[in-house]
Amino acid sequence: MTATPAPRSPSIKALSPQKISALKVLVFILSLIPLGLLLLAFFQDELGANPIETITHATGDWTLRFLLITLAVTPLRKLTGWHWLLRLRRMLGLFTFFYAVLHFGTYIVLDQFFDWRAVVLDVLKRPYITVGFAAFVLLVPLAVTSTNAMVRRLGGRRWQALHRSVYGIAILGVVHYWWLVKADVFAPLIYALILAVLLGLRAWWREQERRRQRAAPPPSATGRSQGRIIPILPQ
Amino acid sequence: MLIKHAADTRPSEITSPELYADRRRFLRLAGAGTAALALGGPTELLAAQARDLGPLVKSPFTVDEPLTPRKDVTRYNNFYEFGTDKGDPAINAHRMKTDPWTIKVEGLVGKPRTFDLDQIYKLAPLEERIYRLRCVEAWSMVIPWVGFPLSALLKAVEPLGSAKYVEFVSLFDPKVMDTRPVLDWPYKEGLRLDEAMHPLTLMAVGLYGEELPNQNGAPVRLVVPWKYGFKSAKSIVTIRLTDKQPNTSWNDAGPGEYGFYSNVNPDVDHPRWSQAKERRIGDFLKRKTLPFNGYADQVASMYAGMDLRKNF
Repeated sequence: MTATPAPRSPSIKALSPQKISALKVLVFILSLIPLGLLLLAFFQDELGANPIETITHATGDWTLRFLLITLAVTPLRKLTGWHWLLRLRRMLGLFTFFYAVLHFGTYIVLDQFFDWRAVVLDVLKRPYITVGFAAFVLLVPLAVTSTNAMVRRLGGRRWQALHRSVYGIAILGVVHYWWLVKADVFAPLIYALILAVLLGLRAWWREQERRRQRAAPPPSATGRSQGRIIPILPQ
Repeated sequence: MLIKHAADTRPSEITSPELYADRRRFLRLAGAGTAALALGGPTELLAAQARDLGPLVKSPFTVDEPLTPRKDVTRYNNFYEFGTDKGDPAINAHRMKTDPWTIKVEGLVGKPRTFDLDQIYKLAPLEERIYRLRCVEAWSMVIPWVGFPLSALLKAVEPLGSAKYVEFVSLFDPKVMDTRPVLDWPYKEGLRLDEAMHPLTLMAVGLYGEELPNQNGAPVRLVVPWKYGFKSAKSIVTIRLTDKQPNTSWNDAGPGEYGFYSNVNPDVDHPRWSQAKERRIGDFLKRKTLPFNGYADQVASMYAGMDLRKNF
């Protein structure tokens, strides 16, 4: 009787490549559900009295939600040790951009119907649209540089510096929501609190890291900067 | 009661086929009300048992524009006491008890009085008036209201010469309403006395020929068609005549955004969005917003000489 290799312990901390691939497919399908529900409601005439407003709000909500989910990847990974979460981050980031494009497209096509004069005036005169527009424009370079080739071309450090702008974009996104509501800031407040936690954790960890390094200086100056680069190339 | 009929029937007075079909559909739905309620159907069906408002006097104050479907008028509402999502009031407002109901009229009047619903219904013959409604959020509807001129109610209490303004207070019942401090409750609105006495200013008790559904401000609400919708206070419990401009809820919440007058004005933008255009519910393209919501001929003279940018 030949000995069979002992089955690998099914650890959630280290998933097999097959499992990660399956997970990616699952996340991809889940991420399309909000769009699917919106299309279903459209075809069943269930978008309510003001369908354009419903579509605008739904796509805007999902842009912010995906942005917060994307920003939750790093803290979650740190807290749980599930390093494979990082492998989902690019897809989640691109879905943020996907819903942002739908949101912006809804505004241009359905809401303003290519009334460019009105669009320009809105962007210039309405602060909530100004910050929303800025957030959208700033997302574009992040989406463009999301490919492996672009990461290599930019180099890890520069790529990372560029992609840190997502923190500012998230703040702009929440401000955009906060400034457009008439009186009930409850919903934007929830987004703001979640974002505060996600950014606060990063600031906290960064401070901890700084203190640790001050207590025990690294052997060389280069060692310190190298140690902070996180491999971001997904497989 | 003697009902005067107009000599001939104008096309705008004939019930449109869409409206007719909508009512037939509504009655059919009402027939299945019990089943629908058991299945968690729309709570507006509760209003289907509402009393008939009887023969309605046709009013000359009517616009000849396609009506906004009843389901949109009754399911897309700003009534923050029942939630800030426009779908919330249709879901939650059924909790409000609208009968018995009284309106207390007080302040600078010769005969302060508390009216019950029967007395309110008898103040003047009920009329059907088709008005445009322009929300400050840049959408609009066309609604067939049923009601009577507010002036009939005010004349009954004999305003004193010192009365210059009219304050309206809406019901605030924390037991059935959302108590989050979104606005300073109870909801308060106000008009100048001449605005309140204007023949266009309506006290509505119904829409589409039936009693007001709760989410539309049952049992009695104000309708001021040349002003943004929020001026038309819902579910009114107190009317107070004063010599000073009353505080109003939205004006208190955002003095730079919601003026006391809030006359519909395409030339004065809300600080955060344009008021030049509006989306009529049901339309795809926006249309131009008209000064005083298209009622300039009737009301603009009340504001002659006023700087409408300052008194927005």
